[in-house]
Amino acid sequence: MYVTISPKRSRREFVRKVKELSGQNLQLCYQCGMCSGNCPAASNMDISPRRIIELARLGLDEEIAGSKTVWTCASCLACAVNCPRGFDLSKVMEAIRLLTLRKNIDHIRPEDISPKQRCELPQIAMVSGLRKFTG
Amino acid sequence: MSLAYYPGCTLKTRARNLEKPAVASMEALGFKLDEVPRWNCCGAVYSLADDDLIHRVAPVRNLIRVKKQGKTELVTLCAFCLNTLKRANLLMKEDVEKRDTLNDFIDEGIDYSGEVKVVHLLEVLRDDIGWEALSQKVKLPLRELKAAPYYGCTLLRPREVAIDDVEDPTILREFLKALGASPVDFPESTRCCGSYQVISSPDDIAEYARPILNSALSHGAEAMVLTCPLCDYNLGQGQKELAKKQSGFREMPLLYFTQLLALALGLGPQVCHFELNHGSPESLLKEKNLLSQSRSVQPIGG
Ligand code: SF4
Ligand code: SF4
Repeated sequence: MYVTISPKRSRREFVRKVKELSGQNLQLCYQCGMCSGNCPAASNMDISPRRIIELARLGLDEEIAGSKTVWTCASCLACAVNCPRGFDLSKVMEAIRLLTLRKNIDHIRPEDISPKQRCELPQIAMVSGLRKFTG
Repeated sequence: MSLAYYPGCTLKTRARNLEKPAVASMEALGFKLDEVPRWNCCGAVYSLADDDLIHRVAPVRNLIRVKKQGKTELVTLCAFCLNTLKRANLLMKEDVEKRDTLNDFIDEGIDYSGEVKVVHLLEVLRDDIGWEALSQKVKLPLRELKAAPYYGCTLLRPREVAIDDVEDPTILREFLKALGASPVDFPESTRCCGSYQVISSPDDIAEYARPILNSALSHGAEAMVLTCPLCDYNLGQGQKELAKKQSGFREMPLLYFTQLLALALGLGPQVCHFELNHGSPESLLKEKNLLSQSRSVQPIGG
């Protein structure tokens, strides 16, 4: 995937918010790809975890918004414990999710969960899923 | 001896098969799991956003109630609850500014600064009782049971709340050894089962389960030992799907560690509620002669 970078396209405000919500210094990442290699959800993502950081620090919010990666992340923290730079990518994923959810745009609707699933799922699945996917 | 205990929502409903054998086993060992008065849902996941204080109120309120109970340690059993409560506790201990904001907001009459120690039941077995003492209480050794310990995510990540070594955990292996079973280590024992992705992408769950189950099977496991109700659901549903898709795929019995504890202590299958398990273990346990009725245990705790 090629992206064009220009001062006009890059969104400083987006970078600032991601940093603020995640508490992570985006410049710390040296793009080694350890996070992508350890991510159990990577094969379901269209943009790899490593690349999300690169796009985020360039402020390319539209590319990120068009991707399903942050909604595919399971917050398992395999990336965080394996990063040689001590960078917590799971917090960046959460920050990006929240930037959408806080605009009152939910990723799922509770009524779309099948009635069978609603009866069978453990409560921790419902509570955690709705916490991650709705605002 | 009485221990402050936080059950959480799932253990009172879908995962009674995780809680009931734990309560019975601890009682047999001389420990009463004493529920925190008026506990509320912990929120299941710890918010990963720095400014999201409102979602820390629920876990912190529970911790305040433990302090009010006059206890200094809180025992948890659900892996999700452990993680959420322990992370919230760490925040209250280390972040003075957020602690003050939360204390001002939560109207429980007392201030809280992370005084309660949050532990998992496995840590009580390891650190307070000890594997040697536990093994001496075993009435029905789980001989010849080749069981693969599966940790999942929340007992071990992030590092600061891990109950064991993050890369090479041994707590479940040692637990199984104390019960007389043959633990089967496998490389995918800490790989995520897909977690809450099951509510948005239920069709992906089988593919999350596949590498975990295949790895355990190829290392010779006959059953998998779990600590988390969501792992049980995802691996159980996942393997049903895999069995449909892939001829020759063998489903594996899934068990909670507390069910094995109760069986080994001789409390019998009646406290285990196997009817709630997602990967049915009963025929394997029968084959191994592990379903005999209860015998009495001499308690450890005073
Ligand atoms: S493992 Fe860490 S340093 Fe390497 S690409 Fe991922 S976040 Fe960056
Ligand atoms: S927390 Fe998300 S991005 Fe990180 S390894 Fe887990 S699923 Fe992948």
